[in-house]
Amino acid sequence: MSEGLYSMEAKDFDKTLDLTKIKPYGDTMNDGKVQMSFTLPVPCGAEAVEAAKLLMKNMGLENPSVVYYKELTPGFTFFNCYGSCQHTVDYSTIYVPKVESNVMDMYETDEFIKENIGRKVVIVGASTGTDAHTVGIDAIMNMKGYAGHYGLERYEMIDAYNLGSQVPNEEFIAKGIELGADALIVSQTVTQKDVHIQNLTNLVELMEAEGLRDKMILVCGGARITHELAKELGYDAGFGMNTYADDVASFVVAEMVKRNMK
Amino acid sequence: MSKLGLDFEKVAKARKLAKNIADDVQGFVEQYTTVAVERTLCRLIGIDGVDDNQVPLPNVVVDTLKDAGVLGEGVLFFIANAMIATGLNPQQIAEQVAKGELDITKVETRDSKQIADALQPIIDENINKIRARRARREQYLNTIGEGPKPYLYIIVATGNIYEDVVQAQAGARQGADVIAVIRTTGQSLLDYVPYGATTEGFGGTFATQENFRIMRKALDEVGEEVGRYIRLCNYCSGLCMPEIAAMGALEGLDVMLNDALYGILFRDINMQRTLIDQYMSRIINGFAGVIINTGEDNYLTTADAVEAAHTVLASDLINEQLALSAGLKEEQMGLGHAFEMDPELENGFLYELAQAQMTREIFPKATLKYMPPTKFMTGNIFRGHIQDALFNMIGIWTNQGIQLLGMPTEAIHTPFMSDRYLSIENAKYIFNNMRSIGDEMEFKADGICRNRAKLVLDNTITLLEDINKEGLFTALEKGIFGDVKRPMNGGKGLQGVTMKGENYINPFVELMKGKN
Repeated sequence: MSEGLYSMEAKDFDKTLDLTKIKPYGDTMNDGKVQMSFTLPVPCGAEAVEAAKLLMKNMGLENPSVVYYKELTPGFTFFNCYGSCQHTVDYSTIYVPKVESNVMDMYETDEFIKENIGRKVVIVGASTGTDAHTVGIDAIMNMKGYAGHYGLERYEMIDAYNLGSQVPNEEFIAKGIELGADALIVSQTVTQKDVHIQNLTNLVELMEAEGLRDKMILVCGGARITHELAKELGYDAGFGMNTYADDVASFVVAEMVKRNMK
Repeated sequence: MSKLGLDFEKVAKARKLAKNIADDVQGFVEQYTTVAVERTLCRLIGIDGVDDNQVPLPNVVVDTLKDAGVLGEGVLFFIANAMIATGLNPQQIAEQVAKGELDITKVETRDSKQIADALQPIIDENINKIRARRARREQYLNTIGEGPKPYLYIIVATGNIYEDVVQAQAGARQGADVIAVIRTTGQSLLDYVPYGATTEGFGGTFATQENFRIMRKALDEVGEEVGRYIRLCNYCSGLCMPEIAAMGALEGLDVMLNDALYGILFRDINMQRTLIDQYMSRIINGFAGVIINTGEDNYLTTADAVEAAHTVLASDLINEQLALSAGLKEEQMGLGHAFEMDPELENGFLYELAQAQMTREIFPKATLKYMPPTKFMTGNIFRGHIQDALFNMIGIWTNQGIQLLGMPTEAIHTPFMSDRYLSIENAKYIFNNMRSIGDEMEFKADGICRNRAKLVLDNTITLLEDINKEGLFTALEKGIFGDVKRPMNGGKGLQGVTMKGENYINPFVELMKGKN
């Protein structure tokens, strides 16, 4: 089952890097090596292994190799596999929209607000809809912050209000108005069955209906959120993995200045 | 004898402070009832089902009393009077109320003796159902037996109870001892329990009595197949806390998340409401032989795991006292704690080990619930698997009761069937390979572990002294746990609280409390 292991066969492919045709890298340029694991809803056996290999071939993997398999429960078999990807992508022409702001740290942002806005910036955040997780919004807002990045509550020039989780969109907007929010920030952790898309869309629609969409900066974040998705849904920005309070605060204050919100 | 050199006089002092705090809460709780407690009593006298609009009949009956402003007299008073007046049973009465054919607030009032006599047979019938459920569990434990502790606890969360069955049986075959059916997100805030089998949910599956029944049957089947009793866990929390306890007691659930403090802090449920609800729910859980789980681990997802370690111990001590006042045995207390320190922290493993051992020594009989890393799980499934391995080492080393298995894919998705397999394999490997390490190893005098445990205990006492001065309600308002502040009259569900009236009766407290 491990016929690809310790292969002595000649590597008869072009080993120079071509950014218009990149493929995965194992230990040799253009070897295309991919590791994957999945479960098939079939009983364990030779047929199951063959099915896994055929599936990998259909996925565009040459020399598919099943290195480990195990029946998880009758009728379900788990596989660890390797193969060489035949497909390539043109890296040189990729364009990904990104949040365009210079990321400042807390002190720089506070300074920036004093110089360019001249008053405290009000940011209201919540994990909205049915989402019960506060981990995302807490990472951005809590005083302590996350991974060494202070949260918005610690910023001298930001009044940060963390409404917590399971906040209905209507309530979130009402609180935003009450507190005079310059920006609303929404966290979404649960993404099963795209519940976050429905909820985020609903918030934008409500804000547009209330005529508030242009009056406040609206951003969303979460592990499965990208800036591109956020823009598509009608948000000003989206913050995904590996972004912190610094990124959010920098964007909000720069955007306020850009829009002349004083 | 403490391996950590704990000063048990200090432990006794901490416990005494926690008792004072809990007694203060208890004095408040006993004066009130809630819509959820009254709906629970409906269920405990056999009222079930829904009306034409899918509103559960317990809600129909209790809302009638609430709207009439007589909820404080309690549902049993009115139902008993209606039973005497009409000759109908509680279910028939509820159906008539739903149809608008009977106003139970207008029937003739009888004296307390007549009321008690009318209720007695139906109360006995349902108490006996719960007893039979409990006996059934004990029968299984005496015949096919159970897995060694720590029990391996996994979750299923497909949203579809029938798909959950497939996942749960697979998990049991792989070695899981406890299957928790995660509830759909948002159920904790529903002020009713949905009815029937359900196949749609977000991030989990609705807790309904029918879903409990379906999963209980599936676990009994697979338990007989693998020769090990498989425990079923659900969530006795949120606005329907005691109702779910009653449903679980009737359907043979074994483990229930059951913690008012968790609901207050992390679901913004009103503190008065949920502490009243918790008392009734814990009485039922105690009687049904259910192991409750408390949610202290969650404090460390919002507060820092090193700085806030003492809040976990303080809360465990308070939860222990609140549980004792509801008649729960120590063995039924799955007090919560967690492995949540930043993996970058030097010697973090030693601090975690010290705290887990400390918790074990302070609660020697409890079926401690040990929670895996979540906050610092990053999507790097390979490192995540190792973090879970370190967590498992501490679980076996310090003899935890329930090991809630971490998944390498934590923070990515609800577990795949294969994620559970990998996690169970991880735990079984470590538990077997390190089975007796706790008996072999000692903690160095004046070393990192002993000093850590001492510091956490000292800080706990200081915190408990503060809480004891101002009371638990005020402490919660000040944000002592999890850095979360909750006002006494804020949050969800306060309008469902009412002071007990002159005619109020709840014989189940007497019949169930401490009768386990």
